[in-house]
Amino acid sequence: MPNVIRPDSYSVNLLLAFFWAGLVTVLLKTAPITLLKENSIPAIARRWLDYVPVAVMAALVGPDIFIYDGKLDFGWRNLFLMVSAPTIVVAWFSKNYFITIAFGLALIIGARYMGWAA
Amino acid sequence: MNESIYAWLEGFKRALPICLGYLPVGFAFGVLATKNGIPPALAVAMSCVQFSGSGQFVFASLWGNGAGYAATAIAVGIVNLRYLLMSAAEAPWMNGVNRVKRFFLGWGVTDESFVSHAAALKNGWRLNTVTMFVCNQTTQLAWVGGSAIGAFCGALVDDVRPLGLDYAITAMFIALLIPQCGSRRHLIVAIFTAALSIALKCSGLGQWNIALAAIAGATLGLCLSRIREEDAKRDPA
Repeated sequence: MPNVIRPDSYSVNLLLAFFWAGLVTVLLKTAPITLLKENSIPAIARRWLDYVPVAVMAALVGPDIFIYDGKLDFGWRNLFLMVSAPTIVVAWFSKNYFITIAFGLALIIGARYMGWAA
Repeated sequence: MNESIYAWLEGFKRALPICLGYLPVGFAFGVLATKNGIPPALAVAMSCVQFSGSGQFVFASLWGNGAGYAATAIAVGIVNLRYLLMSAAEAPWMNGVNRVKRFFLGWGVTDESFVSHAAALKNGWRLNTVTMFVCNQTTQLAWVGGSAIGAFCGALVDDVRPLGLDYAITAMFIALLIPQCGSRRHLIVAIFTAALSIALKCSGLGQWNIALAAIAGATLGLCLSRIREEDAKRDPA
């Protein structure tokens, strides 16, 4: 693996990919927050944006829990699902951030220690 | 307690579970990137500049499969479209914050930090940009550090699963999401969005599922809150 980048076409293309991917990502992240002003956003859009955090969380966590090894899995073989069910109960009743995370991690570590597949 | 010390501590507290997840995932990225022919220094630079988990993984695997720079950059853009949504959702928080700060807060947006800040706001946290910066940049340090270890000495660690670290971020999402589901509207939005996101991912739209499902879910939430208002108007009980 060359640590020093030589100006061959492979490296030039890689640097171009690095540059464009970085630029696109930074623009996507910074443009709305920099350009939109609080009072320039219509009330209905602001109401819509209020739901974005919950929607983003759910969109991220759903596949994390139910897709295991690249497949939809509702069964006991899905370790993340089996651990998440009690973790959700703990989150609901404790409403405590760190207790919930510690509980979930402890269950995962324990289950794997006991030899749960994957 | 001194207010600025409190703001820093709050930022570190928020960053801690995210770092637990970022270190091993960053490590995995570093290993994958070098395996796909990306020099270690460039992999680390990517973690500094992009600071986007899935975008970087897509970059590494597309590049490794011989995609050109345009295809790689476009795919990264598609995966990272969701940041547009999060950045827009943070905009209404930024009353009176100057553009330079906004720019850097936007640059620090990730799924995890966005969700943590949003949940804290819902729970009555008074927005503090110091806390946001401390949280975002501490997690970035973990991400860059993890990538560097993975890229430069990937052979040292072979499996993070016995430590449960591959579950840390999922546990964090559960800890943040579930307490938000107290109202029926939010619960419906959460279940609908999670199901849609899974369905989209399973039908091969794995690069689009988060952005599309989140847009649909937020729209459903808006509709539900409008229906409720109409009901209240018709039947002022």
